[in-house]
Amino acid sequence: MFDIKKIRSDFPFLNMKINEGNAVYLDNAASSQKPKTVIDRLTKVYEQEYANVHRGIHHLSMKATENFEDARNEIARFINSKSSEEIIFTKNATEAINLVASSYGSVNIQNGDEIIISMLEHHSNIVPWHFLRERNGAVLKWVNIDDNGLIDIDHLNSLITKKTKMIAMTHMSNVLGTVQPIRDIVNIAHNNDIPVLIDGTQGAVHDTIDVDEVDVDFYVFTGHKLYGPSGIGVLYAKKERQKDMMPFQGGGEMIAEVTMDNVTYADAPQKFEAGTPPIAQAVGLGHAIKYINDIGIEEIHKHEAKISDYAKGKLQEIDGLSFFVDPAHSKGIFSFNMNGAHPHDVSTIIDKKGIAIRAGTHCAEPLMQSFGVTSTCRASIAMYNDEKDIDSLCESLIYCRKFFS
Amino acid sequence: MEKIDEILENMEFLDNWEDKYKYIIELGQGLDILPDDLKNAQTKVNGCVSQVWLHSTVTDSTTNEKYIKFVGDSDAFIVKGLIAILIALYSDKKPDEILDIKHENIFAKFGLESHLSPQRSNGLLSMIERIKSDAMREV
Repeated sequence: MFDIKKIRSDFPFLNMKINEGNAVYLDNAASSQKPKTVIDRLTKVYEQEYANVHRGIHHLSMKATENFEDARNEIARFINSKSSEEIIFTKNATEAINLVASSYGSVNIQNGDEIIISMLEHHSNIVPWHFLRERNGAVLKWVNIDDNGLIDIDHLNSLITKKTKMIAMTHMSNVLGTVQPIRDIVNIAHNNDIPVLIDGTQGAVHDTIDVDEVDVDFYVFTGHKLYGPSGIGVLYAKKERQKDMMPFQGGGEMIAEVTMDNVTYADAPQKFEAGTPPIAQAVGLGHAIKYINDIGIEEIHKHEAKISDYAKGKLQEIDGLSFFVDPAHSKGIFSFNMNGAHPHDVSTIIDKKGIAIRAGTHCAEPLMQSFGVTSTCRASIAMYNDEKDIDSLCESLIYCRKFFS
Repeated sequence: MEKIDEILENMEFLDNWEDKYKYIIELGQGLDILPDDLKNAQTKVNGCVSQVWLHSTVTDSTTNEKYIKFVGDSDAFIVKGLIAILIALYSDKKPDEILDIKHENIFAKFGLESHLSPQRSNGLLSMIERIKSDAMREV
């Protein structure tokens, strides 16, 4: 049973006053707040369980390694990966995509080969592929989106050629909150023997993912949006694809043997995790996922859907707001603009009322260009948001509208 | 265009943020117009959530002393007001005077120091850097 009162009491930041109001945090698509249990878990790592992992022959190192690897197992179960060897720790989702572009892409994507991405992508799922364009001569092809903010599957189909070597798309738009047909995308790609990377940065939070069932080749997400610490990201890389991947960075941990003339590499996942990994952060993320599982991810999503529906209704009642897709298609992330005020103005004024939203391009400049705007306001919810937060947001937006009229 | 001391004096009379922001917005509305053809890649100040342009011209007086004049614009009202304050502070001054101005003290007096945080979205620091680099070229 999802008890919003109990959930809200789990998050210490909600006790804060910000400017004139209680903290109303609606910038969750950028990063979420942390429950006390995750913060306590991090403290415990540093107070009682801390040492470097994998190599130490002493109690603390073995304890740290056990916790670190337990977190990997927890994460594997969370996305239903068959093996924890498919779970590679990175510092964030961006690094995970860069890892794929570098370790897989630089070897398998050559001059004239094509990479298909969508107009919805975050810069982190654009720029690493631009690197391959600049460095290897790859060609970027862009899939359009339809009026509902969904990837146009027919257009995707029409862009595929014999030279297509990668399809990289988001699970859920960080601007529009629209959940994409990732099963269809993977099916189309695999019918043409093309690997698929899905950016689950928002999708892993607001939708469920079963990497085994979807059969995706690469899936990335980040810890800090999933109520875990910053500094930890995850790359799921399917075992069959790992054999086609070079190491990412070189250093300790990722080797089998180093001589003056030669180096051989460790097996995955260590092969892709050079240097001391984010130890406490990984344990913290594992713990955040336990916290989510204890509540029940379905329960969380039901609550988010309820708040999302409430927000859709209330936001659309406000005069002078325009949306980029019908909010009915948005799952917890709403982009809008206000007539007569720039998003920067809106965000500045409502911040004075204690309300945090985001103004800007949301790291999705091609999408902004396609909408013909330079920025939008974006409100995004998390499990701890309630109807009152939405009321506060709407009251502040109405105030803002008067302020600039 | 009001002088910086007048702006400061007026701001001191305003005791809540609503009135302060309204005054700042009003200052922005009083700015000299920056023609559209001067809103280009050269004058664009990157690193702001809103779009910001700053254009500088150097005037040589008969005594051959250089003064730099700034004109600016933004598509956001509050940012445009901040530009107006910057122009009151920096425009029509000699390059070495511009470089000597301690903007931190002045923005603290305004109660606007939060706009000077390293957070790039505010953009005020990027604008000040642009003004100072324009002045530096003329020293």
